[in-house]
Amino acid sequence: MSLTADDVNKIAYLARLGIDTQDTESYAKDLSGMLDLVAQMSNINTDDVAPMAHPLDQVQRLRTDAVSETNNREAFQKIAPQVEAGLYLVPKVIE
Amino acid sequence: MHTKTIAQLAKGLRAGDYSSQELTASYLARIKQHTELNSFITVTEEQALTVAKQADMALATGNAPLLTGIPIAHKDIFCTQGVKTSCGSKMLDNFIAPYNATVVEKLDTAGTVSLGKLNMDEFAMGSSNETSFYGAVHNPWASNTVPGGSSGGSAAAVAARLIPGATGTDTGGSIRQPAALCGITGLKPTYGRVSRFGMIAYASSLDQGGPMTQTAEDAALMLQAMAGFDAQDSTSVEREVPDYSAGLNNSLQGLKIGLPKEFFDDGLNNDMASCIETAINEYKKMGAEIIEVSMPNLKLAIPAYYVIAPAECSANLSRMDGVRFGHRCTDPVDLNDLYIRSRGEGFGTEVKRRILVGTYALSEGYYDAYYIKAQKIRRLISDDFKRALQEVDVIMGPVSPSPAFGIGEKTSDPIEMYLADIYTIAINLAGLPAMSIPAGFIDNKPIGLQIIGNYFAEDKLLNVAHQYQQVTDWHQQTPQGFA
Repeated sequence: MSLTADDVNKIAYLARLGIDTQDTESYAKDLSGMLDLVAQMSNINTDDVAPMAHPLDQVQRLRTDAVSETNNREAFQKIAPQVEAGLYLVPKVIE
Repeated sequence: MHTKTIAQLAKGLRAGDYSSQELTASYLARIKQHTELNSFITVTEEQALTVAKQADMALATGNAPLLTGIPIAHKDIFCTQGVKTSCGSKMLDNFIAPYNATVVEKLDTAGTVSLGKLNMDEFAMGSSNETSFYGAVHNPWASNTVPGGSSGGSAAAVAARLIPGATGTDTGGSIRQPAALCGITGLKPTYGRVSRFGMIAYASSLDQGGPMTQTAEDAALMLQAMAGFDAQDSTSVEREVPDYSAGLNNSLQGLKIGLPKEFFDDGLNNDMASCIETAINEYKKMGAEIIEVSMPNLKLAIPAYYVIAPAECSANLSRMDGVRFGHRCTDPVDLNDLYIRSRGEGFGTEVKRRILVGTYALSEGYYDAYYIKAQKIRRLISDDFKRALQEVDVIMGPVSPSPAFGIGEKTSDPIEMYLADIYTIAINLAGLPAMSIPAGFIDNKPIGLQIIGNYFAEDKLLNVAHQYQQVTDWHQQTPQGFA
């Protein structure tokens, strides 16, 4: 499996991840290497095997629908890059 | 007193040989003296001395918990309220955690004194500690070599006796491999045994925190404080925590040790094979029985891991978006630009590689071929272990194919670095507990013996490790210049 620099740019956009143009080729090479490594899996027949999501095959625990968290908005917003009136600020999305 | 174990220090504190304040000051001085190792990212001197003072008051009452006044330090992946929690990344260089991880909370409650935060591979992605934004950590046994990773700062600091114990995390070997390369004891518990709450997530179905110490006896003491159910971690297991120290001195007569033949094939160098054989012989002398077992799917562990871990990391790290915390680029023109540049500037190369592979593996049309396939392979590997562990009590083998390698030696070829995790990764996929204990030296560099047990058999592992440490002194060796 070989990825091109174009492929890398597409994947990087899906991940919203900035990649320097001069590094695209080397990412393409490394990613192709990783995909070659994982390609060994395709030689194994797994038709009758159930996927394993959790080592102990545990199911999600349920809890009563009651308030369990206290409001820590101030503490959480203190470390935010930009806030105003209790809101997180980002560049304008809707004109 | 810096070469003493946690168990010895706890006795010394109670006997009044020294106070926690003296102990804390003495370790802080060592940390300052050995900054060349680069094992710490943050040292919390003032806080530590305040906590030590409280510890001394608690000790004076006569009924303080066992670890009261013992200095430790946390891998910088554990959130510590009011203290920078960087995860080894520029992305979180400005992140002051607003709450404590459960592990931190529990060790605080147990009375330990945290001296600071330890260096690590960025977001725990690496096997050499070279991917840290704060620079490589140096192995105290040979300063031009790596300490292993990702818990490289923890391993180096304990090996250099800058602290008697540290926390670490293990997603594919990140406690055991650095423990092996630095000549200390490391324990990765069963998945779900130690809470992941407040432990910055890399691959959620594999991540597990554990202790890194000089001895198995100390690992038992730290795990005792760290383990237990936590409602704040959705995969935490509701199961009683046994007394991990109670069975340390049990006899190993009749212990069945499985040796997977796949661990000892051509990939293992002769020196390493002979060290492991010597260790196994010690167990035979203690009455253990050796049984060959087979893990036919072991070779698929690295391929499966390099789908599952990147896939989960690409999802987990999407929270680092420059909006609520962490690094934000300057003057973003729109929201996409804010995401793309903040993440592009905040993450290092290895983290980007894994996010990209994970994003690709989870993208439309590839999910079944990669992620589901890898999860099926994961079950095959897990079944191999289950089969073997019906026949034997523990499985043993190497931790790493070689002792510590040179700084910069493997950075140009990431795949080569990945392949070195062959002996540790499968255990995370299966979710089993495993330890690394010091078992000898090759060219004056320490190597580790891996002991793998059944689900929740941490007590058995600790017993098996402790008994070996009663008849060997590898774990007592201290690197030159740090004794």
